[in-house]
Amino acid sequence: MTRSWADARRRAAGRPADESGARPARRGRCARTVVLAAATLALGAAACGGDTTGGDASAGASAAASAAPTKDVLGTPVTVFAAASLTETFTQLADQFEAAHPGAAVKLNFAASSALAQQITAGAPADVFASASNATMKQVTDAKLTAAPPVVFVRNSMEIAVPPNNPAHIASLADLAKPGVKVALCEEQVPCGATALAALRKANVTVKPATLGQDVKSVLSLVQLGEVDAALVYKTDVTSAGDKVLGVEIPDAQNASTDYPIATLTGGDHQATGKAFTDFVLSSTGSDVLAKVGFGKPQ
Amino acid sequence: MTTRAGRRGSRGRRGSRGSRGRGVGMPWPLVLPAALGALLLLLPLVGLLWRAPWDALPRLLREDDVRQALWLSIRTATIATALSVVLGVPLAWLLARVEFRGRGLARALVTLPMVLPPVVGGVALLLAAGRRGVVGRYFYEAFGISLPFTTAAVVVAQTFVAMPFLIVAVEGALLGADHRYEDAAATLGASSWYTFRRVTLPAIGPSVGAGAVLCWARALGEFGATITFAGSLPGTTRTMPLAVYSALESDSDAAIALSLVLLVTSVVVLAALRGRWLPAARGAVSRAAG
Repeated sequence: MTRSWADARRRAAGRPADESGARPARRGRCARTVVLAAATLALGAAACGGDTTGGDASAGASAAASAAPTKDVLGTPVTVFAAASLTETFTQLADQFEAAHPGAAVKLNFAASSALAQQITAGAPADVFASASNATMKQVTDAKLTAAPPVVFVRNSMEIAVPPNNPAHIASLADLAKPGVKVALCEEQVPCGATALAALRKANVTVKPATLGQDVKSVLSLVQLGEVDAALVYKTDVTSAGDKVLGVEIPDAQNASTDYPIATLTGGDHQATGKAFTDFVLSSTGSDVLAKVGFGKPQ
Repeated sequence: MTTRAGRRGSRGRRGSRGSRGRGVGMPWPLVLPAALGALLLLLPLVGLLWRAPWDALPRLLREDDVRQALWLSIRTATIATALSVVLGVPLAWLLARVEFRGRGLARALVTLPMVLPPVVGGVALLLAAGRRGVVGRYFYEAFGISLPFTTAAVVVAQTFVAMPFLIVAVEGALLGADHRYEDAAATLGASSWYTFRRVTLPAIGPSVGAGAVLCWARALGEFGATITFAGSLPGTTRTMPLAVYSALESDSDAAIALSLVLLVTSVVVLAALRGRWLPAARGAVSRAAG
């Protein structure tokens, strides 16, 4: 389910799923197809929930991968699990990474960081985890699944997203508590939910939400559909959504922010490519792409 | 009274005919796939029971979130089932007994939600009944009513997904029922409504019951349409399956505990209702024979 979500998001972000970089890269390389098949199998096994089976199968796949010549390492598809709020930026970064490393392919899976952390600890073969909070990354580091300590690469803070015509005339966080205003928040265990609650606490506002979304993009889509009057999302989501939603800024005194850590993982099949991708995100090219939609510099 | 005896008698005979198939040796190429199939169905349940936090279970089940979700699920699934019976039985009767143009198409459309991915049903409901929806917008503009994210939306989503199970069960019973009793009632001067109430309905009663149970179980387990159309808010729209999904990310023990409750509820309901029906049917057979 998450994979089809990822594909849908890639498409939504204006990129044909798995086409541009991946297809030509795979042409005429039988050995790699075998590795790919093994990786897919491992993924399938993990997706079915058997953590031990998933682990064994992915171990087999990485053995097959390490047997391949080193110069080809970047040709193997690297699996990146990233927070939903990174959908647009990481899709763009993946394209640039594939362009910079001919033959490399990046597979992206976007979902709530909490969901991704749970999948990774359950054995999903991911090479890179980019999370929207230190708390969700901690679940992965606690399970000793990171190859290197996580590095905080950006910060994000909250903004109120409303439909373009702002039907409930939302101007501040306090307006969200008015009776009759339908508000969507992320679930508390999802970073956007935790950060939204922190902001609401700072503003001393108690909101009775109409619904709690599974990730920031699901909450944002309710605003786009006009089914809620407002949602608390990240600043960057408002920017990325363009004119489909209107952003109502929250004053700094009331706003809360969250750190985005990134780490290369041991559970994936292609750690070396994973590290290369992580380095690319941390590079100046990476920070430029992220800064453009409003991600803040880490403190 | 005679009608009932006749019906039970025919049920009894059908039962004994079915039992003639027993005692045939199983062809060996079927044994391995059958065993694997059974394993596939049973293993996940074993896994759930194996990993269950038995010690913490009483504490977990006493938590407000769990009780809230369970109560909400029972309430909504029951209302959805009642709604399905009230709307579905007449619809099944229409499909089975009245010939009209496009009946085949109507039948296909009515049963479509059975094969439609529930999440698609949820999206469709949102686009139809949401406050910007095709129909929903008029309700919102006229009365300020918007259905999504309410408990009523949960019931609607469950009914959408579960009612076809009842319709199919009842329609099948109507098609298989003996027309002659209805014809006899009509020749004796009974109105069509009287015939439906006093002849047709008692004859298909067990099928309505079976369909309702199937419908209830399906409604209890509804996830995709609910989370899409009704959202997920504790106490209002977060039914058991949604609570399981949400808890898996934050507290997996709670998710397992909730799953166990759903498993036990399902088993108990099936067992209890089967226990009520099968002896009744068996009793009817012996009465009919005696």
